[in-house]
Amino acid sequence: MDYLGDGLAGAVRIIVSGDADFLSIVSVSLLVSLTSTCLATLTGVPLGIAVAQHRFKGRGFILMILNTLMSLPTVVVGLMLYSFLSRRGPLGEMGLLYTRSAIVIGQWVLAFPIIAGLTAAAVKGLDSRIRQTALSLGADAHQASWVFLREARYGVFAAVVAGFGRVFAEVGVSMMLGGNIRAYTRTITTAIALETSKGEFAMGIALGLVLLAVALVVNIVFWTLRGRTE
Amino acid sequence: MFKKLIILVALAACSASAQQPILRLATTTSTYESGLLDRILPPFERSHDLKVHVISVGTGKAMKIAENGDVDVVLVHAREAEDKFVREGFGVNRKDVMHNDFVILGPKPDPAGIAGMKDVSHALKRIAENKAFFISRGDDSGTHKKEISLWAKAGIAPAGDWYLESGQGMSATLRMADEKNGYVLVDRATYLSFKKELRLQALVEGDDLLFNPYGIIAVNPELHKHVKKDLATALIEWMTSAECQRLIASYKKEGVQLFYPDIVRVEQEQ
Repeated sequence: MDYLGDGLAGAVRIIVSGDADFLSIVSVSLLVSLTSTCLATLTGVPLGIAVAQHRFKGRGFILMILNTLMSLPTVVVGLMLYSFLSRRGPLGEMGLLYTRSAIVIGQWVLAFPIIAGLTAAAVKGLDSRIRQTALSLGADAHQASWVFLREARYGVFAAVVAGFGRVFAEVGVSMMLGGNIRAYTRTITTAIALETSKGEFAMGIALGLVLLAVALVVNIVFWTLRGRTE
Repeated sequence: MFKKLIILVALAACSASAQQPILRLATTTSTYESGLLDRILPPFERSHDLKVHVISVGTGKAMKIAENGDVDVVLVHAREAEDKFVREGFGVNRKDVMHNDFVILGPKPDPAGIAGMKDVSHALKRIAENKAFFISRGDDSGTHKKEISLWAKAGIAPAGDWYLESGQGMSATLRMADEKNGYVLVDRATYLSFKKELRLQALVEGDDLLFNPYGIIAVNPELHKHVKKDLATALIEWMTSAECQRLIASYKKEGVQLFYPDIVRVEQEQ
């Protein structure tokens, strides 16, 4: 039991003392995950709204694809993007492999379908009478759409939070595309994998606690927002 | 602490734009996890005002990454594969850097009875005959290549319930062998770095077959126009310089030297 106890005590020391490696790892994780979530929000939310509001050919197909992609294993995304980004691959000229940008791209691929899919679900779940009521109260079509979408805002926030939750906790993409380079592409999850294999449990546990704390906050936010939409 | 973190995130975001040149080095887990690179790279980074990005993987993967041109230079340990790499035109300017040796570790009860043997082939035969657990890297790393060549020399094709392939780095594989009371082949640097935490004992060492040389190779700039040829050359020059070789010789864990420099003979202390 000493083993576990020592690890925990060491973890608390690392967190409290603000260990430089520890803070660097956490900040890299936050940076790439927030960036990728922003990009996925900018692209996913409009698509989600469009798919939910308009009936067009191939709409069912898009929804099906989005739902499939939501559960895409991270290592598959890592593998596919690796072969694209490597110097031998079609996008090799850009020299993106083993950079933060590569992780951001990979995480965007992971977060985009979640944000688009959940946004679509949130908008579809709205009562269509909201729009009619707005129109009957004298709003023009534009204003009516705005009122309607405003009602979906909590659902959309929840979608964004869910997307962030996924990318922050993923390890496959960060490891394969980032290469776990210290102070550059070493994220919380890749660092935990490394520290565990080195037997440095204190650092691993300290980082694990951060992951847990973030997951907890993400979940609280997610369920609070969900509660508001119902 | 949160303020500090926010500042760090901001710095991390900026550091992508305020660029120092970056040199990418793919290397084996033994040089990285033993802490050697943390000792010998910072002086080089300071004197050349650049950043070395270290990608720590097995030797096989490191050379694969280099073949694709995704790094500028490799530091690996698999002489035959290195020569092939250069012969096929993927690498240039190969230089010997340092060496140490491999060791076979095993559990204290030693079910195969190999403790103290000087002949590796003989020891491996005993492990296979007794069907004692043997944990292989199974990842095409330098250590794995060495292990395969040792089995071949012993005339055994290892297979069965007793032969486990971890598919992971050296330290993870050591840990697995320790948990499962298995035998394992390990480079001395990694062994000494983790010795404290292991129950496994060094059972077989000293056979010439266990020699473990490390070499550094630049990725061929004719093949990959984008590689940083000058910086790679500078790193190779640094690694083989008297100053760096002395640093390598002086790098110790628990008072024991992990790597022996190839270029400069440094007087031993003891």
